[in-house]
Amino acid sequence: MSTSVSASPSANPSKGALRAVLHSPLGVAASLVLVVMVSAAILAPFIAPNNPGNVRLDMMNGAADASYWLGGDSGGRDIFSRLLFAARNTLLGALVAVGVATILGVTTGLIAGYFGRTFDFVAGWVSDALMALPSLIVLLAFFKVLGSSVYLSMAVFGVMLAPGFFRLTRNLVMGVRNELYVDAARVSGLSDARIIARHILLVIRAPIVIQIAIVSGVAIVIQSGLEFLGLGDPRTPTWGGMLQDAFANIYVAPTSILWPGLAISLTVASLVLLGNVLRDWMQKSSSGGHGARARARKLAANRVVTGQSAAPLPADTILSISDLVVGYETAAGLKEVVKGVSLDLKRGETLGLVGESGSGKTQTAFSILGLLSSGGRVVSGSILFDGQELTGLDEAAMHKLRGKRLAYVPQEPMSNLDPAFRIGFQLVEPMRTVLGISEAEARKRALALLARVGLPDPMRAFNAYPHEISGGMAQRVLIAGAVSCDPDLLIADEPTTALDVTVQAEVLQLLRDLKEEFHMSVILVTHNFGVVADSCDRVAVMRDGRVVEAADVNSLFTNPQHEYTKMLLGSTLENSTPPAYVPPSLTGVPA
Amino acid sequence: MLGFLLRRLGAAAILVFVLTSLTFVLVFSSAQNAARNILGESASQEQVDALNRELGLDQPLFVQYTTWLGKAVTGNLGKSWTSNEQVASAIANRLPVTLSMVITAITVMTIISVLLGVAAAVYGGWLDRLIQFISVLGFSLPNFWIALILVLTFAVSLRWFPATGYVPLTRSLYGWAGSLALPVAALVVGGIASAAQQVRGAVIDVLEQDYIRTLRARGVSPASILFRHALRNATPPALTVLSLQFIALLSGAVIIERVFAIPGMGSLTVDASLSGDTPVIMGIVIVLVLLVSLVNLLIDLANAWVNPKVRLK
Repeated sequence: MSTSVSASPSANPSKGALRAVLHSPLGVAASLVLVVMVSAAILAPFIAPNNPGNVRLDMMNGAADASYWLGGDSGGRDIFSRLLFAARNTLLGALVAVGVATILGVTTGLIAGYFGRTFDFVAGWVSDALMALPSLIVLLAFFKVLGSSVYLSMAVFGVMLAPGFFRLTRNLVMGVRNELYVDAARVSGLSDARIIARHILLVIRAPIVIQIAIVSGVAIVIQSGLEFLGLGDPRTPTWGGMLQDAFANIYVAPTSILWPGLAISLTVASLVLLGNVLRDWMQKSSSGGHGARARARKLAANRVVTGQSAAPLPADTILSISDLVVGYETAAGLKEVVKGVSLDLKRGETLGLVGESGSGKTQTAFSILGLLSSGGRVVSGSILFDGQELTGLDEAAMHKLRGKRLAYVPQEPMSNLDPAFRIGFQLVEPMRTVLGISEAEARKRALALLARVGLPDPMRAFNAYPHEISGGMAQRVLIAGAVSCDPDLLIADEPTTALDVTVQAEVLQLLRDLKEEFHMSVILVTHNFGVVADSCDRVAVMRDGRVVEAADVNSLFTNPQHEYTKMLLGSTLENSTPPAYVPPSLTGVPA
Repeated sequence: MLGFLLRRLGAAAILVFVLTSLTFVLVFSSAQNAARNILGESASQEQVDALNRELGLDQPLFVQYTTWLGKAVTGNLGKSWTSNEQVASAIANRLPVTLSMVITAITVMTIISVLLGVAAAVYGGWLDRLIQFISVLGFSLPNFWIALILVLTFAVSLRWFPATGYVPLTRSLYGWAGSLALPVAALVVGGIASAAQQVRGAVIDVLEQDYIRTLRARGVSPASILFRHALRNATPPALTVLSLQFIALLSGAVIIERVFAIPGMGSLTVDASLSGDTPVIMGIVIVLVLLVSLVNLLIDLANAWVNPKVRLK
């Protein structure tokens, strides 16, 4: 399939790849097997104990002896020697198929990907047509046309394998064609041929090598299959032909089917494993972040018990975070993204969480919901919500809180609605689960909510799929969903960033109204001080995983304490003027 | 929806036409001394000429093609050169056998690979590694070799299943299942793990989408998130994988039928190919291309049903 591997043009890929193979036990084993197989193929005439055509009548289906190490076949010929000679024919056949496939597929893929247009369309159609054909049957159909030369058949098979290379190359080239460094090369006047040779071939090299390894395996299996069916040259020993002979005598000499099969399987497995080692290496070198391994545990709970019994909260504090540390597992160990955050939120209050991207504000928000991305976990610290410690809770207990008591409004409306389900269903389902109400009741509530958040035609929106409504409407739907189960704490993560400027103010107003209506406390994650000035009672400024300053809105705008806050406010000033802002006259002590 | 269906049908018709025409030119251009091959070296030149006339091989290739095409669209695929049987009826006798095997195989493969793939996506760990291991194994072991080992173990040594032969479903359900158990097992081993890996990847991709986080934040149950939302969104890529697996199974069936002496399309293909029975080969190619087009059409329709966005385009 089109497991398109993203590639980064690293300094010296071939050297890194070699090191990756030699550092992996599987890579070493696979390389060794291949070296042995290739040597056997090349050296067969010198190392084989017998001539492959040598017949000993006493050894027909005979057991192993001093000269016939693996016994004899039905014609009294030495199985071991024939295995060695068969390696020649089989590997050469695979080489022909892979050679044709690579040259044809990569060339056409380069042209289609780099120049596109008509050629891309035609080549894409041909490639799809070729992939729609069962290859073995096509080879059988053309058997009489091609004659019993297995190399000609393998060349045709190479054509049928070319679409794999075509697609891979085309997609990779399309990916890098508009990269800045390719643009730069084009602007600086390099010819297309030079650009392809210097920049693009470098990127596609490793994925092509992986594809070659896999396709070689396919070619060996198919070729053996043809020979097993009797469509090979009976005079030359091949692994498939030997299996055919063994199959015919399966009741007489059952062990004979083992050796050719083992030879095929070992060779193909080595090729695949080598390809896998290279792919793992590529993925590791291109994505510095979370490893593939860490991604798997998505639905499993990924929280550790860190809850310390803190002092009882004042009754008007709904949420108290102290010394929260959040980390992600990476290949290089635990990477902390939140480094000891402490926050307090009073009932009915709106707290702004402000900072640049990467400051840890969203991760702090997600850890309250228990919805950190896979690989992430709360390392230490405490999140006390209405008297309940959240950090130690298991998934089931967290699940009971979400929707009913904790709610979430995301940043990007379109990607946060399930594209496969109608909007109505996405509102009704959580209400039925969380509130335990009937379908009809949930439907009534959903329609009322859609009207409440300002959708002109609630019925139409209820029956629409997400791609049928605008981004602003989608965000209103998400807000309706967030408040649908009457939560106590609403966490809104940059709720207006992805929206048109004209819609932003309306959505903020809606959030403010709903907060009063539903008696919620709100955490508003944003990077925009205008939003803070508009909607928040208190603000915490975050930078590099820490809260550098927390204050109520008025004092933060009038008298920012931390240099970083001042800088952020200063950069905001260039665009808009927050109402109560007075330039700082005294430099305070940084918090 | 109707426009979508018509466009797909049109594309499939073009594909069938191009591929069969190409095949015709290739196989018939090389079949010009078929009469000599059929009659043998001892036949006189007159006999050979007469047979050539009878088979229409004395005509120019283009005339042969239009004649063949004119008959083919009415379902008349001509007569076999070796058995005198009508090609259409030969195929009609064999196709149900192969289809019952391949459909059973793809069903078994779908169920197991979806279960394994989803489990691996959710639990990861050793299950993940097991699937990767089986996938390398399934890829490396040729299916006909697996078939031989299965025959050796379960038919020759243990005698649990018949080694060869086919019992039609219409005669005995039990006999049919018994005769297909080993062939289907040999067919699916190679594909299951790789299909499971694709399903796993698709499910993981969906589980990392933003809307899954939002659904979880709303309190939707984990079971519903996995089996309703994630599975539905992972269906289109999984369907594509299964359609490719179906094509691979058709190829695999050819060899497997040989091992188990099953009288299906595979044995028909091999016999026609070895004896140079060109009309039969043409018939097989046209039926298979139609079959693959039909399957792809069904997959497209299933995709449109699952994915509301596709429906509008």
